Amino acid sequence: MKITAEEVIYVANLARLNLAPEEVGPTTEQLGRILAYVEKLDALNTDGVAPATHALAVTNAFRDDEVRPSLPQQEALANGPQVNGEAFVVPRVI
Amino acid sequence: MELAHLTIHEVHGKLSRREISARELTESALARIAAVEERVHAFITLDREGALAQAAAADRLLAAGETNPLCGIPLAIKDVLCTRGLRTTCGSKILENFLPPYDAAVIEKLKAAGAVILGKASMDEFAMGSSNENCAYGAPHNPWQLDAVCGGSSGGSAAAVAADECIAALGSDTGGSIRQPASHCGVVGIKPTYGRVSRYGLLAYASSLDQIGPLTKDVRDAALMLNAISGHDQRDSTSVNVPVPDYSAALVEGLAGLKVGIPREYFGAGLDPEVAGAVRGTIRLLAEAGAEIVEVSLPHTEYGVAAYYIIAPAEASSNLARYDGVRFGYRDLAAETLHDMYRQSRSQGFGPEVKRRIIIGTYALSSGYYDAYYKKASQVRTLIVEDFTKALAQCDALISPVAPTPAWRLGEKTADPLSMYLSDALTIPTNLAGLPGISVPCGLSSAGLPIGVQLQAAPFAEEKLLRLAFNLEQRLGLVGRKPALA
Repeated sequence: MKITAEEVIYVANLARLNLAPEEVGPTTEQLGRILAYVEKLDALNTDGVAPATHALAVTNAFRDDEVRPSLPQQEALANGPQVNGEAFVVPRVI
Repeated sequence: MELAHLTIHEVHGKLSRREISARELTESALARIAAVEERVHAFITLDREGALAQAAAADRLLAAGETNPLCGIPLAIKDVLCTRGLRTTCGSKILENFLPPYDAAVIEKLKAAGAVILGKASMDEFAMGSSNENCAYGAPHNPWQLDAVCGGSSGGSAAAVAADECIAALGSDTGGSIRQPASHCGVVGIKPTYGRVSRYGLLAYASSLDQIGPLTKDVRDAALMLNAISGHDQRDSTSVNVPVPDYSAALVEGLAGLKVGIPREYFGAGLDPEVAGAVRGTIRLLAEAGAEIVEVSLPHTEYGVAAYYIIAPAEASSNLARYDGVRFGYRDLAAETLHDMYRQSRSQGFGPEVKRRIIIGTYALSSGYYDAYYKKASQVRTLIVEDFTKALAQCDALISPVAPTPAWRLGEKTADPLSMYLSDALTIPTNLAGLPGISVPCGLSSAGLPIGVQLQAAPFAEEKLLRLAFNLEQRLGLVGRKPALA
C-alpha cells in the first residue's frame, strides 16, 4: 500500500488539519517512508494473537459515585479564547 | 561548590540541620540559571517569584520540624505537567497562554512535600521527539557540548539537572523520553511501571504508554523522588493500587542472588562501538558485585519501533482532538465557520511533527486500514510483552544500552523523521510492555559525550532496578563528574 497525496489530504481533513499546497508533496513522501517501514510488521505471523490494548492486565476501576466539588465556572472559562461570561463562544453553527 | 550542584540527599541534611535555608538553596539554583541558561535553554517558563515564595514556605515548614526529604528542594518540571496558575505549554504554540486551573497529581504531592518549583522545562512538542528540537520555544543545548542535542522529549529536564540549574526534575516517558535524554546528558532517569505514578494532570500523548518519572543527579535521589510521586490515584483509572515501598531501602550494597540478563538483540547492528564497550564494561562490574549474568533473547525487539509508530500516533490522534480552539489554547479568531476554526486553529497551533503523527494515527485508525495497521501493531505489542515475560522468567533484570549512539549534533536528524524514530529502538519496547526502566550514566565517549546504561525489570520491580543501578553507580564512581560548562 502506498499512500497517495489525495489520501493524505483526505486524512488531514478528518483530523481537522489544513495542509498548504506546498506541504502536501513532502508530507506524502515522509508518511510513505514511515508506512513503508511499518510494513515490516507484515513479516510476522500474528494469526490468533490477541491484540494488546494495555501493557498490564487492568480491569475496570470503579469508585463510589459521590458528589465532589468541580471546577468553578469562571475558572473553567478562564482559558477560553472567546467567552461571554457564562459560556464559550464559537462561530455560528446553524 | 555552590549549593545548586548538590543532590537532594546532600542538601536535605543541610536543610534539616538548618545549616542552610531553603531560600539560600533556591537562590543558588536561580543564580546558576542566571549564569548558564542563556547557553543551555533548559526552561520554557521560569517562576522566580513563585519559587522564592515556595522556598519561604518550606523554611517555615522546616523550622516546624518537617522531615520530608523534598522539603525546600528546587525542581524543574517538564512542561507537560499541569501546574496551577503557572503557564503550561507542552512545548506547543497551541498552548502558549494556557494557565492550568489545577495541579497534576504529582505536582500536588511535590507541593505537599514542600518542594520548590523553579519553572517549566523544555520538551518536544506534546512529548513527540527524540532530540527536543520539536519545541516551539527553541531546543535546549546539551550542557556537555553545547552544539549537541539533549535528547528528548524530556530534554529540558535532563539538561537542567546536568547543568545544575535545579537539584532534580520530573519528566515523562512514552517511548524513552526520560531514559534517552538522561543518557545523553549524563544523569539518572527512571521510567516507573505503567500505573505506578498517577497521570492525572499529565497532558496526554499516548495514554497506554505515558508514564511520569524523575531525572536526578544520582540513584539515591531517584529513589527519593519515586517515593514522593508514586501511589494510587482514583483520578487516573489506569493507576494501580499496589503498595509503595520505601525505594531508598532498596539501595543496599552487593548484588548476590540477583541474575541479570543480556538481551542479545539489544547489541545488534547500528550500535556505536563506544556505547557497546561502555555497556559491556558495566556488565563486568555487575558480575564483580555478585550478580549472575545470563544471556537472554527478546526476539521481537526489531519490530518495536514499527509497532510504536502506529500505536502512539493512533492514541495521539485521539488525545489531541481536544485542541480545537474552543475551551483553551490558540484559536484563529478570523475563522468564520466552526470547521474553519477547528482547522485553522489546529494547523496554525501545532508544529510539523505533531501534525505528522496526528495524520499517521488518523490514517492507521481509519476505515479500511485499521486491521492492517492498528490491529497488527497491537498484536505485535502482545508478542513483545510475551518476549519480556519469558526473558524475565529467567532473570531479575535486563541490561542494555539506552540509545544506540551518544547525542548527535543539533540539526543533524531534523530532515529525516524516520532516522530520528529509529534512535528510540532500545527504549520503546519497555513502554509497549509497561515495564520499569532506568538509565544510569556509565561513561563518556571519546568526543566527551555521556553514555548511559539501561536496566529493565518486571512490573513493579523498581527496587531491583534501583539496587542494581546503585551498585553500578558505586563501582563506576562517576557521580559528581560535571560538564565543563563553567
